Amino acid sequence: MISIQHYLLVSAAIFVLGLLTVATRRNALGILLGTELVLNAAALNMVIFGRYSNHMAEGSIYALFVIVLAAAEAAVALAVGLMIYRNFKTIDTVEVDDLKG
Amino acid sequence: MPDLTLLIFLAFSGLILGACLVLAFSKNLVYSAFSLLGTFTGVAAFFALLGADFLAIAQLLVYIGGIMVLYLFAVLMTSGIADVKVTNRSIGLKFALPVAVILFGLLAKLIFSTEWFVVKELPEATPTTASIGNTLLTQYLLPFELASVLLLGVLVGAVSLGRREVKGD
Repeated sequence: MISIQHYLLVSAAIFVLGLLTVATRRNALGILLGTELVLNAAALNMVIFGRYSNHMAEGSIYALFVIVLAAAEAAVALAVGLMIYRNFKTIDTVEVDDLKG
Repeated sequence: MPDLTLLIFLAFSGLILGACLVLAFSKNLVYSAFSLLGTFTGVAAFFALLGADFLAIAQLLVYIGGIMVLYLFAVLMTSGIADVKVTNRSIGLKFALPVAVILFGLLAKLIFSTEWFVVKELPEATPTTASIGNTLLTQYLLPFELASVLLLGVLVGAVSLGRREVKGD
């Protein structure tokens, strides 16, 4: 039988790998891919807790809001990323440093 | 005979973890973007296993049909993809990796040492769509409307950010 701990462990693994991606990538799009993993782990946790505390509808709704926010974030962040690429001819976050004093 | 649910759980856990590892460590950004497909599919399968039928379909439609395609477009439109050595460099891996491993260890310790407040006997999974709709339009009406305003703002913002500069503007 699968217990709540097994689901939470997989979710924690997704979260940590997403965090690792955000921390180490130099490519701005790579960083965004990492944030998607983190958001997905959060949504998964909501559903897990909803299922195991018998509040399925509430858990699903919170996960649904996470999905909406992830879609909004992806649309704006990718537009910003394309503008950075158009202006700097690079997507490397280390080289885009015009605001550095 | 092993439990079928357990087999499905293990298979999709493997898919998720493998895809996440490719995403975190692949040298090529295109592979990273495509491995997102594996993660999203696995999480959708987990939603289905947990009895969240509506959410599993929403995950497939929004993430794989929308976000995934958006990322692939963005990845393929920023050039330098051909040179696999430079597309997806990582920095500071020798510091970040121990921190990540320690964090995962702490989370695992927390998960197994906490007394989770769970129901004694899991109820039978029933279709959730009707109850989601009812709760969303009664108890969560304000967040629902705020989300729609947010999406409108995002739509306008993404278009105005992404468009080309008009001459003489």
